[in-house]
Amino acid sequence: MYKIIEKRALNIDVDLMVVVAPLVAKNAKPGHFIILRVNEVGERIPLTIVDINGDNVSIIYQKLGYSTKLLGELVVGDDILDFVGPLGKAAHIRDVKSVLGIAGGVGAAPLLPQLKEYKKRGIKVDLVIGARNKDYIILLDEYRKICDNIHIATDDGSLGTKGFVTDVLTELYKTEKYEHTIAIGPLVMMKFVVLLNKKYNLSTDVSLNPIMIDGTGMCGNCRVTIGGKTFFACIDGPDFPGEEVNFDELMTRQDYYKEEEHVCNLKLVKK
Amino acid sequence: MKVPRTKMPVLDKVIRRTNFEEVACGYSLAEAQLEASRCLDCKNPRCIAACPVSVNIPKFIKELIAGDLNQAYYSIYDDNILPSICGRVCPQEKQCEGACIVGIKGEPVSIGALERFLGDYSLENNILEERIITDNGIKVGVVGSGPAGLANAAEMRKMGYTVDVFEALHEFGGVLKYGIPDFRLPKDIVTTEINRLKDMGVNFHKNVVIGKSITIDQLLNEEGYESLFLGSGAGLPSPLGVPGENLSGIYYANEFLTRVNLMKSFKFPLYSTPVRIGDKVAVVGGGNVAMDAARTAKRLGAKEVFILYRRDMDSLPARLEEIHHAIEEDIDFRLLSNPIEFTGDNYQLKQVKCEIMELGEEDSSGRRRPMPTNAFITYDIDSCIISIGNKPNPILKDSTAKLAVDKWGRIVTENHQTSIPGVFAGGDVVSGAATVILAMGAGKDTSIEMDKYIKSKQG
Repeated sequence: MYKIIEKRALNIDVDLMVVVAPLVAKNAKPGHFIILRVNEVGERIPLTIVDINGDNVSIIYQKLGYSTKLLGELVVGDDILDFVGPLGKAAHIRDVKSVLGIAGGVGAAPLLPQLKEYKKRGIKVDLVIGARNKDYIILLDEYRKICDNIHIATDDGSLGTKGFVTDVLTELYKTEKYEHTIAIGPLVMMKFVVLLNKKYNLSTDVSLNPIMIDGTGMCGNCRVTIGGKTFFACIDGPDFPGEEVNFDELMTRQDYYKEEEHVCNLKLVKK
Repeated sequence: MKVPRTKMPVLDKVIRRTNFEEVACGYSLAEAQLEASRCLDCKNPRCIAACPVSVNIPKFIKELIAGDLNQAYYSIYDDNILPSICGRVCPQEKQCEGACIVGIKGEPVSIGALERFLGDYSLENNILEERIITDNGIKVGVVGSGPAGLANAAEMRKMGYTVDVFEALHEFGGVLKYGIPDFRLPKDIVTTEINRLKDMGVNFHKNVVIGKSITIDQLLNEEGYESLFLGSGAGLPSPLGVPGENLSGIYYANEFLTRVNLMKSFKFPLYSTPVRIGDKVAVVGGGNVAMDAARTAKRLGAKEVFILYRRDMDSLPARLEEIHHAIEEDIDFRLLSNPIEFTGDNYQLKQVKCEIMELGEEDSSGRRRPMPTNAFITYDIDSCIISIGNKPNPILKDSTAKLAVDKWGRIVTENHQTSIPGVFAGGDVVSGAATVILAMGAGKDTSIEMDKYIKSKQG
C-alpha cells in the first residue's frame, strides 16, 4: 500500500498527488513513469513522475477517464493499492545551449521534470504552453522559476494568445532560434508541432503515453512505430524523436477502447 | 483383466465455451485409486528419470493405493512444491507418461491426473507436512515469482535462508497468473500454493522491478544479499515481423491473456480493464499459448476462432490435451498457413493474408520445414492474437552492465551461475520459453549451487 500524503487541485480536472513510495523514488530520474492501480478491480495506468522528494513521488493526473476519476476520489491519508516504478528510460538530456519546451494541457506535467533538468545543467529554457482556457494552464509558477521566456496560448484567448501552440510557435520562430525542442501534450498537438518544427529543421522530442498494462515490456500493448520499426513505449520510451513517430497509427491504437471507457464512466454516474 | 486408463471427467464441450470454469474436473478417490492400480511398480522406474524434478512416482502411487493420502502427498511435495499446478499443466505425454512402461502396449498410467488429485486433496484438506526450518540468517533474493523463482525460493527457505522474492506485477505467480487461463488452471489454486510458501517463511514483495526499482548491484552491495536467483522468465513477445503488425486489433498473446487472466477483463465492467476481439479471431501459432488464446477468445463470445499455423497438425507443439479440448470447442485449425501481411482501414485491422505452405525436408528441430508455395489466401478478421513465442525481458540485461547474455537475450550461465559471481539464473530467462516444470526444475537445481557458493564463501 502506498500512502497519499498530499493532494491539491491544479484546476477542476487536474490534481497533483504526493505518494510515499521509497522503491520508486530510489532510482527515479526525469522522464521515468509509474504504473498504479487504485483498487482490486482497477486498471493499471501509467503516469509520469513529476517530482521526487526523499521517499515521496509526485504525480499529476487529469480526471478524464474512469481510472483517473477513481484516483481523484482518494484523499490524503488514503492508500493506493499498487504503485510501481520507476519505469521507462530516463529522458535523454541533449547537449545543447538552448531548448524550447512545448506543453499542451496536462502535458505540462511530464514536461516539467525534463525542463528542470535542462535548467540545472545551465541550459537556456523557454516555454510555449497551451490549453483550452486559462484554468487549464497549469504549473505556471513552477515554470516561471526555470524559464527565461514563457509564451501562452489558449483556445478561447482567456490568457495569452488566442489560438494553438503552433500559432504561437510560428510567430516565435520569426525572431527566436532554438537548438532543440521537447513537445508533450495530446497526440494531435505533438503531431502538428513536429510538422511545423520540421519546416524549421528543428528537432522535437516527444513523450508518448500509449495504453499499457504491465509497463515492463511484457504485453506489447504500448508498441509504437518509430521510423518504420516497432518499439515498446514502456521500455524503449516513453520519449522518442517526434519526426519518426507514426502518430496516426498511435491515435487509432489509443482510441481502441473508447466505447468501453464510456461503459466504465457510466458506472461512476450510477454510483 | 487389464484395467483401461481412467478418463478424467470434463465439462460439457458446448456449455464450457461460455464460461471460464475449469474444463478437467479431476478424479474422485475411487477413480484415482483405480487408475493408480495400473502402475506396474517397475524395478527401474523410467517415469522418475523423465520428470524434470524427479518426483518419486511409484512411491506416491503405492501410498495412494494403500489409502495413505497424506504420505502420498508428502512424497510428491519433497520434490515438487506445486503438485496441483504441475498435475494440470505439465506436458506429461512428453515426460513421465511418455516414459511409462504401461504405455508401450496400451495407454500409460495417468500420472499427471494422480499428482493433481493428491495436490488438490492437500489444498482442500489443508494437509501440509510439519517442517522445522532453522534460520541461518543469510539473505538471498529471488527475482520473479513464476515457477522458477517459486521453486528456488522454497528450496532455499528449506535450507534455512532468509528469502525475499521480488515480483514486478501486483500478483505473485508470473505466467501462472497472467498467462495460463482459469479454465486450465484456476487462479485460487495458484494463490493457495503460493500462500504455502509464505507460511514456510518466504517473504514476497510485489511491485518491485529489479533493474529499475532497485538494481542487482544495489541488492548485492547495499542491501546485503549474499546471492541472487534470476528467474524473470521469458516475457517479451516475439513479433511476426510482417507489415501491418501494429494495426489496432492485433494483440500479442501476452497482452490478450494478461488482460483476461491477470486483469480479469472477462468480468468487465466489474473489473475495469476491457478486452475487445469482435466476431472473427485469428490466432497465430501452434503452442499451448496459442491454444489458450483461441479457447479464451471463444469464451469471450467470438463466433469464429481459427488457428493459423505454418506446419501440419502433427507438428503442433501444444500439449495433446489442449489440442483435443480446442477441437471440441470448435476452434478451427487452418494449417500450413503462414501470415505474411495484415491490412486495415485507418489503422484498424481488417484482413490477414497468408501464404499456403507445404512441408519440405526436416530442419534442425527434426520437424519438416514449411516451404512457401506462392499461393495465397486472405481472411476477413476483427482481431488477431499473435502467439509465436517469447524472449527474455531486457530490463535485467540493460540495467546490469556485467550480466552476460547470448544473441537471443538469454542469460548465459555455467553451473547455473551467471557472469556475476553469486548471481544465479534459471528457467525461461536462461533456456528461452519452455514449460512450467522445466523452470521449476532449474530453480530447484540452482538452489544447490547457490548453497554451495554461499558456504564456500563463508569458508
